[in-house]
Amino acid sequence: MLDCTPKDITERKSGGIINPAKTCQPIGAMYAALGIHKCLPHSHGSQGCCSYHRMHLTRHFRDPVMASTSCFTEGSSVFGGGANLKASIQNVFHIYKPDVMAIHTTCLTETIGDDVSSIIKTAEVAEGKLVIHANTPSYVGSHITGFSNMTKAMVSYLAESTSPEKKEQANIIPGFVNPGDMREIKRLVESMGIEYIMFPDTSGVVDSPMTGEFEMYPEGGTTVEQLKDTANSQITLALGRFASSDPAELLNKEYKVPVATLKTPIGIKATDALLMTLRNSFAREIPKELEIERGQLVDIMTDTHFHFHGKTVAIFGDPDIVTGLTEFVLSLGMKPIHVLTGTPGGSSNSAAGSFEDDINDMLKGAGVEANVKSAGDLFTLHQWIKNQPVDLLIGNTYGKYIARAEDVPFMRVGFPILDRSVHSYLPIVGYHGAMRLIEMISNALLDRADRDAKDEDFELVM
Amino acid sequence: MAGELAESITERDEFIVTKGKNKKQLKCDTDSSAGCVSQRACVYCGARVVLNPITDAIHLVHGPIGCATYTWDIRGSLSSGAELYRNSFSTDLKEQDIIFGGAKKLAAAIDGLVEKYQAKLVFVYSTCIVGVIGDDLEAICSAASRRHNIEVIPVESSGFIGNKSAGYRAAGDALLRLIKPSESAVFKKNNSINYLGDFNLAGEAWIIHNYLQQMGVELNVTFTGDSHYTALKSAPKAKLNIIQCAGSMLYLAGKMEELYQIPYIQISFLGIEDTAASLRNIAAALGEESMILKAEELIAKETARVEDIIKGYRTKLEGKKAAIFVGGGFKAISLIKQFREIGIDVVMIGTQTGRKEEYEIMNELVDDGTVILDDANPAELEKFMMEKGANLLVGGVKERPLAYKLGIAFIDHNHDRKHPLSGFEGAVNFAEEVYSTVCSPVWKSLTALGMESGVTNHG
Repeated sequence: MLDCTPKDITERKSGGIINPAKTCQPIGAMYAALGIHKCLPHSHGSQGCCSYHRMHLTRHFRDPVMASTSCFTEGSSVFGGGANLKASIQNVFHIYKPDVMAIHTTCLTETIGDDVSSIIKTAEVAEGKLVIHANTPSYVGSHITGFSNMTKAMVSYLAESTSPEKKEQANIIPGFVNPGDMREIKRLVESMGIEYIMFPDTSGVVDSPMTGEFEMYPEGGTTVEQLKDTANSQITLALGRFASSDPAELLNKEYKVPVATLKTPIGIKATDALLMTLRNSFAREIPKELEIERGQLVDIMTDTHFHFHGKTVAIFGDPDIVTGLTEFVLSLGMKPIHVLTGTPGGSSNSAAGSFEDDINDMLKGAGVEANVKSAGDLFTLHQWIKNQPVDLLIGNTYGKYIARAEDVPFMRVGFPILDRSVHSYLPIVGYHGAMRLIEMISNALLDRADRDAKDEDFELVM
Repeated sequence: MAGELAESITERDEFIVTKGKNKKQLKCDTDSSAGCVSQRACVYCGARVVLNPITDAIHLVHGPIGCATYTWDIRGSLSSGAELYRNSFSTDLKEQDIIFGGAKKLAAAIDGLVEKYQAKLVFVYSTCIVGVIGDDLEAICSAASRRHNIEVIPVESSGFIGNKSAGYRAAGDALLRLIKPSESAVFKKNNSINYLGDFNLAGEAWIIHNYLQQMGVELNVTFTGDSHYTALKSAPKAKLNIIQCAGSMLYLAGKMEELYQIPYIQISFLGIEDTAASLRNIAAALGEESMILKAEELIAKETARVEDIIKGYRTKLEGKKAAIFVGGGFKAISLIKQFREIGIDVVMIGTQTGRKEEYEIMNELVDDGTVILDDANPAELEKFMMEKGANLLVGGVKERPLAYKLGIAFIDHNHDRKHPLSGFEGAVNFAEEVYSTVCSPVWKSLTALGMESGVTNHG
């Protein structure tokens, strides 16, 4: 399969994509909105968009994903979607009874120019119910941009400063990660004894327990009260620049909540940075239990480093996750020689900096020469690997075609994972997450070594 | 909560009937209401699922990236040859393309792909936004077609122009363009048949191909499972069209009858009863004595082979209750019969896009008290499954976790099916899948800590 990918790399003039490493904004917005307690995400566009996003999220999380749609028809596209959206707002609260309806747009409604905020203002919304919205044109950015935009909408619609004094609490924006990661980040913050508001928080929503009943709105999610209170926090930790820094900056601009933008806490260095930031901001000590965990991780890293040293890796996926993974595999002595994200990666001269710069800086520090690209696709990654083979491929499910074509061990991390389960429950962040990553890398590399070993080289102890 | 939810949708009343209770006609084939949590998809989705199994074509999606990502190799259609269709191609439209138009980018993308993959056939799918910005797909495609001397066919599948059924029609139109003989070509009919509406999920079309071979029937081409450019081109030569998935293929079959004088019959290879009847009907329609005899031989042999296995499952499953929510009406009808073969009653049945005639047949087949519903939402599915005590739901991707959360077993009869469900061996696979989910020990773990009995309705 994929044996039709040519090895020769020629310039691609069209700007089109072959085998994407990203998807569109609305699904990210839908995922973020699921992280609000009792919220129904609403897709303002054709039925298909909503159906695809629910399907894709359902396949990844293996949990019901609820969202409504404006059900566009030809008429709505000609005359504007105002009537559809107003009817939707009425129907959603009448039928599905959420506390919050979180509307995101689609390429269609952006292009015909529906002014969603005006439509919301003139719509009848029942007392005590809230409607928020984010503009998420599919032709800009990626699903990560959509996640960021909806999280920003939570701030712009809901945050409310109640006093000039800030509370001793942290806002934590976890980024586009699994509920298992969110739970782990919360555990770390809790064990530091620090009050916090995590938003969005999809734990308890898309990893809800089996009870024999279907809950349209499971117990999890950030409450509206908490979202309001984000304006009163002492600091916002934006974990992962691409998914989280915009909403954090907005809180700073509007309510003077200082921002610390950190890497997604994947691996020892990024987890240290998270804990040290918390320690310094709240004058707390790192508790014994976390010191032990860290010590265990270092122990495992030293116990196993000879398996990893010098092994070449290709990493692809969402920019914040790929950045964290790159840093971590470097700390193990591995060589990430191909690093790619499908999401447009910012630019060197923008305030936010660029994905490519970040990665190149890390690689330079480690003395690794690599191909690095943002806004790339898996065709490009495949060509890179054909020209410079790797020992391990790390990425989402779509990597399996390349892994098979090139016969490379493959480790599934990121979004979406459509062909394995449990991944969304267990973390890749924090010290425990790093241990899990080491186990996954070891399994991939050593299972392969066992499989390929000649009889005389086959070893019991590795 | 579910009851309350479903009852408050008064607008939905006309779309739900209970057999024996009300005389009213079920409403169907209409647009979903704004603000609903619909399980339905769009025009593009309908067109893509029908055309995607064409293995040696470049399937290029003209639009922003999402539509291409979500449909990348999702169908589970198998190929015996080319793998080109398992790649995902998109023009990945950006903001400036929306403002200035995407025509140039599309033309360049086609050129780039044709150069790379040397394909003879390109489908260019229009998405919502293309319908709005007004790129002239027809002109771009015919120019590209002349440039490369291959077929570049536009698929008019902007999402908002209807639901999935409109997409089937758009795919049908694209296929009609593809199979249209050039004016100079002289078409000689042969004795073969076309098989419409099998997408070779899990290799199902191969099973049917094998049966036809045993009967001495020549299969011309399948629409569209494991099909390719050259085979599809020969479609007008066939003597008869047989249709499995009617929802997606009736339009095409009607047109082929009109244009190429190919009559069609509807068949169904789901379940022993329908498979046997279908093989007989095909033989009868072709009218050759030898085929009729061979069909009977095949049916006798295969039935004997699977009968006891099915009976074994039947004793384990007798008395269980099933709920069905699938895409099209024809499949729903076959499933009612197939469940009967394994001793299971259907207590709820619905479809996304079933037609009036199909709902009438369903109504005849089911027992009194069975709920029949069109374009259901999750709350309705929950309400009626719980009310009717369903042990099993048959559905698609989005319904699976819903059923599981309720402690109800589940079978995917859609893109995510794991085994072929067609023909005699399909009937065995189906019974086995039903058994392995309904009678799985996992349901026993549902019992809450410290509780004596589980929350599940599985005894």
